Amino acid sequence: MSHLFIARSQMAMSLAFHIIFAVVGITLPLMMVIAEWRYVATGNDIYRQIARAWGRGTAIMFAVGAVSGTVLSFELGLLWPHFMGWAGAIIGMPFSLEGFAFFTEAIFMGIYFHGWNRISQRAHLAAGVVVAVSGAASALFVVIANAWMNAPTGFHLLHGKPVDIDPIAAMMNRAAFTEVLHMVLAAYASAGFLVAGMHAYRLYLDRDSEFDRKALMIALLVGGIAAVFQPLTGDMAAREVAHDQPAKMAAFESLFHTQSGAPLAIGGIPDAATQTVRFGIEVPYLLSLMTYHDPHAVVQGLDAFAPDARPTALITIHLAFQIMVGIGFAMAGVALWAAWLAIRRRSMADSPWFLRAVIAASPLGMVAVEAGWTVTEVGRQPWIIYRVLRTKDAVTPMPHLAIAFTIFTTLYAVLFFTVVVTLWRQMRSDQPDPMVPSIAIEHL
Amino acid sequence: MRIPGVIEIVAVALLVSLTIYALSGGADYGGGVLDLLARGPRADRQRRLISAAIGPIWEADHVWLVLVVVIMFTAFPPAFARITTWLHIPLTLMLVGVVLRGSAFTFRSYGYSDREERRWGRVFAFASLVTPVLLGVILGAVASGRIVGQPVQFSDFVTPWLAPFPIAVGIFALALFTFLAAVYLTIESGHELDLQRDFRNRALAASVATGVMAALVLLLSISGAPAIWRGLTERPWTWPLFWATALAGFGGMWALWTERYDFARLFAIGEVTLFLWGWAFAQFPVMVEPDMTIYGVAAPRETLRLLVGALMIGGLLLFPSFRYLLRVFKGSRDVRRGRPIG
Repeated sequence: MSHLFIARSQMAMSLAFHIIFAVVGITLPLMMVIAEWRYVATGNDIYRQIARAWGRGTAIMFAVGAVSGTVLSFELGLLWPHFMGWAGAIIGMPFSLEGFAFFTEAIFMGIYFHGWNRISQRAHLAAGVVVAVSGAASALFVVIANAWMNAPTGFHLLHGKPVDIDPIAAMMNRAAFTEVLHMVLAAYASAGFLVAGMHAYRLYLDRDSEFDRKALMIALLVGGIAAVFQPLTGDMAAREVAHDQPAKMAAFESLFHTQSGAPLAIGGIPDAATQTVRFGIEVPYLLSLMTYHDPHAVVQGLDAFAPDARPTALITIHLAFQIMVGIGFAMAGVALWAAWLAIRRRSMADSPWFLRAVIAASPLGMVAVEAGWTVTEVGRQPWIIYRVLRTKDAVTPMPHLAIAFTIFTTLYAVLFFTVVVTLWRQMRSDQPDPMVPSIAIEHL
Repeated sequence: MRIPGVIEIVAVALLVSLTIYALSGGADYGGGVLDLLARGPRADRQRRLISAAIGPIWEADHVWLVLVVVIMFTAFPPAFARITTWLHIPLTLMLVGVVLRGSAFTFRSYGYSDREERRWGRVFAFASLVTPVLLGVILGAVASGRIVGQPVQFSDFVTPWLAPFPIAVGIFALALFTFLAAVYLTIESGHELDLQRDFRNRALAASVATGVMAALVLLLSISGAPAIWRGLTERPWTWPLFWATALAGFGGMWALWTERYDFARLFAIGEVTLFLWGWAFAQFPVMVEPDMTIYGVAAPRETLRLLVGALMIGGLLLFPSFRYLLRVFKGSRDVRRGRPIG
């Protein structure tokens, strides 16, 4: 493996690990707040138990998310020092704001989790709301920074260096809005379904569990609404990509040749040697129609770009894109099914087929999130800042990167396993909170 | 003296964040070290008190480190790039420590069996021991003046930090954090006088270790970080700084000896702050010795101005939130520890 490839692999692995915790850390607080709000409104103790169970899950996920996020903030420099040296002044701003959002989240997480009996009901609920809002704000700022890498703006180039830097303009880059919207909904959909699946599984075993019935409802409410709208935001994001990063769009679709009335390739494996997609289904005119709302519009193919200015990992990008889109539609379908059951006033818990579908869909959202990040990051290659800075020019000169890569991979594998085991045990509502110490340092 | 400009303001914000991280996050590491040192008939109670003290706040404390990094790469990108390039190895090891400390602490609270709890407890304590040393090593290497230009061969990634001065700074940081934690814990123990005495004795021992290490670091700086040595000895404020630091150090010992713990905490905070600010002013305006000054590597004015604005607004949100966090858990000293809440 080349030096650059190892550096990219370590970054990919760190992101792939962190995103799971980030996504759950954004969504679980929202669900837990809804459950607590229902408890306050109805006085039904089951809602309180749900809020506490999800709160425990949030605490575990947040802790691992916080430390793996810290690793990433350092890795930006450890792996891509020239990128940070070059771009820090332009995109440090959203990272700083993210820092404050993270700060707020950490403070109120401590208050929420350790303060059940310490503050008034209203203050406790408010603390939960602050956690949920600041979690979403963190996602907003981080994704803005990523969007800038895809659609860099807010500076001028002078002899290869950025001048006239305008960090606000950089944050308002064209990819930001669609990318943020798509990612926040992805977080709610994927984590909502993940949790819904766990409760569906328990209902499948014990249909009378009131706890799981109510938990399933809330999880599907959050995950389902997001899942229904996700294809729409995906369409917006894809059209943005077609506009600002046509080479990436061509790689999504494995469109080798620039053409009018471009077809949409569903499935299949792109073959760069023959410049064809094998085993795929081609729907005529659909790509032009979807991208430009005109069946005869010209869509740029990979041949419109110099070989050293377009992505090469076509199979990865194409497959990841197909997986993401396919899962997106499947989840929207399950969400609509849930809506239909709700409208007909049928109990979701009493439909074994529905429960099976939710269980099956449960891990899919996370797969789609990982696939989506693969699409956007691998699809941007060979650039780290699109058309401005190449990834190979940003990488650290540090040799033997494979060692750090191995260490972090092993470490994260152990953590992942431990988190899964711990969460599985904690899911049971009858578990008491851990021996959470109820006293705190008063330094500062 | 001219009015400080936006560059100085951001540099001070960076230093303030680092100081608060040392005072809060640093003490959390020190807590882990004291967990490792817990001995005797009260070992379990000591551990529980430490865990109780760290539990609700360590994540918030930890964010100060993230803030340091973020200010660094937003406001002084070339300095960040140089440090992360040259000090790749100790930074990576420190991150492993950060990850293990945080996650092991969480897993320990959720452990099902005593064995499991002990295992994660050991990981937590060991990571708390190693991480501050690496943090100190990194600061020591930045101050040493040995990371200049581009690293060429593999040894360039090792020699700047695997040297007596940075390592001494690492052990110094460890002693300092342990001292801070022990002092805080004397107050945390409240009316449990036996525990309080345990932590007082540890605080006294750690304060002696801190003093010894401070002297050693100063001596090693003559050859290991000449710019720091000159900065510390040749400036007009040299002697006031030495006297103030010594006063804080001995004041802390006196307060511990006479069991005036509120004073001890004040002195301890003063001591740590003086060490950090003394170091920063000794190398001012250089950020990465010997050649990167804050003026030379600062981001454009527009970025800095926005960053200052963000820091101010963020501060307005943060400090009240922090006070609220501490207030919520402060009125609780009478609540028995270790009982599951709710």
